[in-house]
Amino acid sequence: MHDILAELEARRSVARLGGGERRIAAQHAKGKLTARERIELLLDEGSFEEFDMFVAHRCTDFGMQAERPAGDGVVTGWGTINGRMVYVFSQDFTVFGGSLSETHAQKICKIMDMAMQNGAPVIGINDSGGARIQEGVASLAGYAEVFQRNIMASGVVPQISLIMGPCAGGAVYSPAMTDFIFMVRDTSYMFVTGPDVVKTVTNEVVTAEELGGATTHTRRSSVADGAFENDVEALAEARRLFDFLPLNNRDRAPVRPFFDDPGRIEPSLDTLVPENPNTPYDMKELILKVADEGDFFEIQAEFAKNIITGFIRIEGSTVGVVANQPMVLAGCLDIDASRKAARFVRFCDAFEIPILTFVDVPGFLPGTGQEYGGVIKHGAKLLFAYGEATVPKVTVLTRKCYGGAYVVMASKHLRGDFNYAWPTSEVAVMGAKGAVEILYRSELGDPEKVAARVKDYEDRFANPFVAAERGFIDEVIMPHSTRRRVARAFASLRTKRLTNPWKKHDNIPL
Amino acid sequence: MFKKILIANRGEIACRVIRTARRMGIATVAVYSDADRGALHVRMADEAVRIGPPPASQSYIVIENILRAIRETGAEAVHPGYGFLSENAAFAEALEREGVVFIGPPASAIEAMGDKITSKKLAAEAGVSTVPGWMGLIADADEAVTISRKIGYPVMIKASAGGGGKGMRIAWNDREAREGFQSSRNEAASSFGDDRIFIEKFVTQPRHIEIQVLADRHGNCVYLHERECSIQRRNQKVIEEAPSPFLDAATRRAMGEQACALARAVGYASAGTVEFIVDGARNFYFLEMNTRLQVEHPVTELITGIDLVEQMIRVAAGEALPFRQEDLTIDGCAIESRLYAEDPYRNFLPSIGRLTRYRPPAESRSPTAVVRNDTGVFEGGEISMYYDPMIAKLCTWAPTREAAIEEMRNALDAFEVEGIGHNLPFLSAVMDHPRFVAGEMTTAFIAEEWPDGFQGVTLPEAQLRRIAAAAAAMFRVAEIRRTRISGRMGNHERRVGTDWVVALQGAEFPVTIAADRAGSTVRFADGEEKRVASDWTPGQPLARLDVDGTPLVLKVGKIPMGFRIRSRGADLKVHVFTPRQAELARLMPEKAPPDTSRFLLCPMPGLVVRVDVAEGDTVEEGQALCTVEAMKMENILRAERRAVVKRIAAGPGASLAVDDVIMEFEPPPAGGKP
Repeated sequence: MHDILAELEARRSVARLGGGERRIAAQHAKGKLTARERIELLLDEGSFEEFDMFVAHRCTDFGMQAERPAGDGVVTGWGTINGRMVYVFSQDFTVFGGSLSETHAQKICKIMDMAMQNGAPVIGINDSGGARIQEGVASLAGYAEVFQRNIMASGVVPQISLIMGPCAGGAVYSPAMTDFIFMVRDTSYMFVTGPDVVKTVTNEVVTAEELGGATTHTRRSSVADGAFENDVEALAEARRLFDFLPLNNRDRAPVRPFFDDPGRIEPSLDTLVPENPNTPYDMKELILKVADEGDFFEIQAEFAKNIITGFIRIEGSTVGVVANQPMVLAGCLDIDASRKAARFVRFCDAFEIPILTFVDVPGFLPGTGQEYGGVIKHGAKLLFAYGEATVPKVTVLTRKCYGGAYVVMASKHLRGDFNYAWPTSEVAVMGAKGAVEILYRSELGDPEKVAARVKDYEDRFANPFVAAERGFIDEVIMPHSTRRRVARAFASLRTKRLTNPWKKHDNIPL
Repeated sequence: MFKKILIANRGEIACRVIRTARRMGIATVAVYSDADRGALHVRMADEAVRIGPPPASQSYIVIENILRAIRETGAEAVHPGYGFLSENAAFAEALEREGVVFIGPPASAIEAMGDKITSKKLAAEAGVSTVPGWMGLIADADEAVTISRKIGYPVMIKASAGGGGKGMRIAWNDREAREGFQSSRNEAASSFGDDRIFIEKFVTQPRHIEIQVLADRHGNCVYLHERECSIQRRNQKVIEEAPSPFLDAATRRAMGEQACALARAVGYASAGTVEFIVDGARNFYFLEMNTRLQVEHPVTELITGIDLVEQMIRVAAGEALPFRQEDLTIDGCAIESRLYAEDPYRNFLPSIGRLTRYRPPAESRSPTAVVRNDTGVFEGGEISMYYDPMIAKLCTWAPTREAAIEEMRNALDAFEVEGIGHNLPFLSAVMDHPRFVAGEMTTAFIAEEWPDGFQGVTLPEAQLRRIAAAAAAMFRVAEIRRTRISGRMGNHERRVGTDWVVALQGAEFPVTIAADRAGSTVRFADGEEKRVASDWTPGQPLARLDVDGTPLVLKVGKIPMGFRIRSRGADLKVHVFTPRQAELARLMPEKAPPDTSRFLLCPMPGLVVRVDVAEGDTVEEGQALCTVEAMKMENILRAERRAVVKRIAAGPGASLAVDDVIMEFEPPPAGGKP
């Protein structure tokens, strides 16, 4: 009997070593942790339970039968993050470069099926050279199986991808379909075709880092939602994000004890909006002062900075925030901002996370770049996302709320539940100067007349009261009481019930 | 007594005067420029009058505008504060013509003391010790030696037309005097075309010590002892204290009596300050007299118990001083730290912007300690580019200097200022500097102790351990809260461990925490135990803890796996790892800071409206480079690091696309660290 137990332990030790000490050392030398070390840091201490530790590939081509390491290049299983269940897979670069075989894919599919069945999120740690070439089409089929599960799980359980090494070729499409992608600076990259192929085909010379490093994907392509300094930090921050997310689409967003007065008054917000309407201010200050304990997990912080998206808590409970940022492009909506915010709003709606919107938007960004790029359809994404969302929606107007962009930003007309306005807000079809130029075209030669008309227009429309008269705004509030108002609004919406008409699915302008 | 006074000033001093006036039952009128429409002094005053656009030259120092405000409001008297019109004889005269009382000395006294040469002459005539020197022409080296001997070595030999150290020599003996005279004269002749030379006493180990005087219109004059203001940075006072740790009773009395003699000689009536330079042997020499309330007057108020603003108002109203010299004693020790909106890490570059957080330590008064904060700003207020960067004066008092310093350390630790760069870390650094603690400073203290500028504070291990213990205890509290999240798997909750590794300032401390109801006992690997008690809860930006029975105040920010902790002038990234995390974190590569580009690129499509630098300029990190207008908004672009502007590619009026080059930089010349 004792021998059998010892045999199990011996087999486990071998499996845990993955590709062996030498390859582990090489992994460390690159500044990367091993698949198992990553899981250790991601999950609560001692909570990881492994599946399929002894699975091995079945390939016999190219002499593969000679080497059949236990686990086949991916560690899978489940555990907890602060006591909440999560399924995990972590590709092991020390085994066949983390390449994906048929069995490797089957292991991933197994835990994804369980996650769907049991209603828990999936976190994938990607560190793989790509397909297991020796297996050919079987490997390809493996990817497809994973893709199909990513698609089915989308909107059912949250899926998070951590890119902690190479992720190239078809492999990128699995993370691409998850809810969030995070990368590690200098040690991870993602691309469909690598620098070598790029050079052969297009003669472009580009490094892997330039083509698909963390900087590229967080600032330029917006493929990634964030980047971290190293593996340890990335895993700690993934835990932090996890605490904001519900376990599945039938679960409510998590609540945890909080140490911040929901009625906290912030007198400094009364002076947040500068006297000069052309002076920018930092919308993040408002977010931080409304949030519990000033805690904000920003999503896509480096991309389309003219709009801010991320998670805060109010009374301990997760709230998704979308806010125009007057510091960048005056807070205008453009293609990038619309896409970024639309995806975030849809994530929140899919997982019952209430949405708080702060509005200071002078309009859509004009220009050929925008029109040729299809700002019509991209802008419509955000409009669509807000309009279809059935979660509690609270909106606070701080300053400029002009034209169609104002309507897009969770206006009352898009089934906003609470639409508050600061006294400094201006709800109008456009800015005063633009309006006068259209309304009084014949007087444009006379600067004095124009100035008087502008003043008239400002007096009449550069305030929230015209909109308030119509009920487009529920209440004009003091900036200093924003947190209290918002907290009470969300509290009153805990019982909100709203469903959209039955449809197979909508046809959002993708 | 006056019914209503106008304060012709702004900022903290206007607020300070309003506070006393209010206590005396006098209504107050504030004046403000467009930049100060929402300022604290405007909010505090009973009435406020706009006096012009933001620049002081068009508002606060325009006599006619102040007079108009007086007429509009019917104020009977004007307190000028310091700066602006406070030492402007024409202003005092204009008020007199208007029949309005100037809360300050007679115009004649302002005028007499306003001129450096006249004031020195008057001082000498009044029997005040002045720097011995010879102003007349010196024929040759022999005469120079004779004069030098008469003055007493060391002496400074200076070119009359000199400046910037040119044509200047210090001589400690006859030989050096002879040589110095020759070379000074040669240098003066070649540099300035004027070979006139004069010689004066060279003051060694100079300290700046000043005497506060108070005189009424009935011939009474007293001195309220001294203030030591030796801690200066480029002639800007940073820290002041009263009394001076250097003076003895006899010197103090001699300086005080001479100061009063000078005040009497010029018919002084109000609060004034006579500044002296004092050498290492306690010889003191007159520098100048300031005919106004000084910035640093609170330290005098704290050791004498006298409200100087109140006395100024009473004197102006014709009252006699209610005390005599023998009534004025020195009680304890007071220190003032000037909080400047200047970034010490960026070569004390002025910093402007919005005060996103401004929470001074609570003012308090007990028999053993006083904390006083004179401020002119508030959370959510704006620090503008138009005025003095001083935003607050934090003062502490205690029966001893040692205790007053300790009070100041804790008060600085508890002072929360965010949104702008400020010198709090530097002030903390001075409070912990052994030379300051020993009272052994001169006016060269800052230049000598921080010759390469301020790079932050490195804390000693004992202090690191206190912070490490506090951070571990705090982190554990935050982690326990995380385990209380909803949706947990019942009966399989996470248990927060007792072993942690705290990493800060390059050191690692493995610790074990044993928590009970009253606090935590943090045990270090070498067996040392620290007891941490606190009511801190996660998210609080200020943690007040008790570590082994002594208070520890930390500014706490969030970073992944730990806290940003600011304390005693240090700004630390404190990581609190699990032992396994710490082990694996050691495998992570050290990364060099990213190489910021040599180019300033336009971050948005827009129009360059202003370029603030020229080719060849050395710019400091954070310095404004140019302004780009986009979407009708002005965006100020700043330097990301110290560099030299090599080329400016886009001037005002240029219309730019994203990533267009605005200017190109090259590395600054080696050696000159910021």
